[in-house]
Amino acid sequence: MKGSAALVFREIQSTRKNQEIVMNGVHAVRSAAHAPKVEIANVELFYGTYKALHEISLSIPSREVTAFIGPSGCGKSTLLRTINRMNDLIEGVKLTGSIRLDGVDVYAPHIDLIELRKRVGMVFQKSNPFPKSIFDNVAYGPRIHGSRDRDYLQETVRQSLIRADLWREVKDRLHTSALDLSGGQQQRLCIARALAVNPEVLLMDEPASALDPRSTSKIEDLIGELRSDYTIVIVTHNMQQAARVSDTTAFFYEGRLVEHGVTKELFTKPKEKQTEDYITGRFG
Amino acid sequence: MEATTISDPRSHTSRAWAPAKKRPLLARPVTERIFLLLARGIISLALLTLVALIADVAMDGMERLTWNFFVNFPSRKAENAGILAAWTGSLWLLLLTIMIALPIGVGAAVYLEEYGRRSFGTKVIEVCIANLAGVPSVIYGILGLQVFVRALSFERSLLSGALTLALLVLPIIIMASREALRTVPKGYREGALALGATKWQTTWTQVLPVAIPGIATGCILAFSRAIGETAPLITLGALTYVAQVPDSVFSPFTALPIQAFNWLSRPQPEFHTNAAAAITVLLAFMIMLNIVAILIRNRYQKRQR
Repeated sequence: MKGSAALVFREIQSTRKNQEIVMNGVHAVRSAAHAPKVEIANVELFYGTYKALHEISLSIPSREVTAFIGPSGCGKSTLLRTINRMNDLIEGVKLTGSIRLDGVDVYAPHIDLIELRKRVGMVFQKSNPFPKSIFDNVAYGPRIHGSRDRDYLQETVRQSLIRADLWREVKDRLHTSALDLSGGQQQRLCIARALAVNPEVLLMDEPASALDPRSTSKIEDLIGELRSDYTIVIVTHNMQQAARVSDTTAFFYEGRLVEHGVTKELFTKPKEKQTEDYITGRFG
Repeated sequence: MEATTISDPRSHTSRAWAPAKKRPLLARPVTERIFLLLARGIISLALLTLVALIADVAMDGMERLTWNFFVNFPSRKAENAGILAAWTGSLWLLLLTIMIALPIGVGAAVYLEEYGRRSFGTKVIEVCIANLAGVPSVIYGILGLQVFVRALSFERSLLSGALTLALLVLPIIIMASREALRTVPKGYREGALALGATKWQTTWTQVLPVAIPGIATGCILAFSRAIGETAPLITLGALTYVAQVPDSVFSPFTALPIQAFNWLSRPQPEFHTNAAAAITVLLAFMIMLNIVAILIRNRYQKRQR
């Protein structure tokens, strides 16, 4: 149901994605059948004594795009980073509640963080290519996980770059520095790098907020193409972007989940006053 | 004030918001020029002092800087005396000190920056390291004498000397390496960890390579200090007359600064010439080390482009 509603919305919204609409029929059938990929239950998070997330419960459907929206400091990035446990890096962070990936609590003791992060890839707000060649950037993930075979690495790099829609632009200069790429290309390289370890979930923390409109629309197109194979969670400031790319949207305010629902409904018929105020631009 | 008196027929500006008079494009403010002159003056003063020092020493020692000076052992006759034992001793000392201090120092820095949690313990360690960097080098000599020469009975060997010098430069290496590690952008660490890299893989493949230019520069400066140190080695009881090239870490040794110090303390002026020559060699060696530091830095920075 959710999927098909989103589909209708998508067709109304995106006139430039003509070719994709043909494929959307498939999505609708598939989405409906998928169980939640990530289930967030009663999550509370503290930075020291400051409570950043309040009682958040939310399920993220498999192979759909879920958008987290809300004003700065509302906790949407924090919540995103709990899914692959990147918050563990920050000292003084405490979390209660549970986050289940395919039914397994990722905060349970003896969870293999490496395996978790292999399954849950991440793209950051500020593109962060390593100061290495384009090839070495994409091959980094497979290499640290033990792949040494040249042919395999080459094929993985090629496939990942194709998926990230960067192959055509860089195929002749794979061994030049990734830092020479433009901002938008660097961000797509980071996406390719995340794809190279074959994740199931892709977390994107405002992936286009530092990019110009052209690069932004490329990233958005890319998200549209990736949604059939990956569960994507995207944090964004930009409500039009959330409306364009996502199937479901969650609106956060001051560390609380205010409303969560099918993107089209949330944007056209918000149930909560706060949501309506935010999406109509009255605050935030 | 002047701006308001300009009479432009097209201008309807009232005095109240007349635009400020524009400065000529080329001229710089006076203060800027004064500061530039001052800065240039200071840097030339520093460079001139250095050049004068090197020139003076080099001229004093020039007549003794022959091939024989490098291949002869010390002698009672100043014109026959050479620095073979001293420069080989210095080279051994340097290599041993690097081998001991570099892994420990960089390792400690990696621990403190990448692994250590901000706890009371690490804060205490930080304060201790900062203080150790300021301890006079003689104190390290006394420590070395007690611990390495006597307690561990390494005798007055190269090993004792190198261990003492390693202790001396460790705080500097740790602080320089931490500084270098701190400049590595957070994005590299996050990027690697988010791909499922372990902390060790992240440090080894992303953080350290980026930090190497900074670490190398800091370390080489520290080692060029070690190579010029005299006091701790004399406290340690390093010999001044050595007529053999060291052949193991347990060999007795002498070093260039000790040799120079020894020659200077003799009454005969011919030996003072020897001292000047030895110091010239030491200075040349230190300048070479610094050039190596710059080359390493440039090489790695280029590789990261």
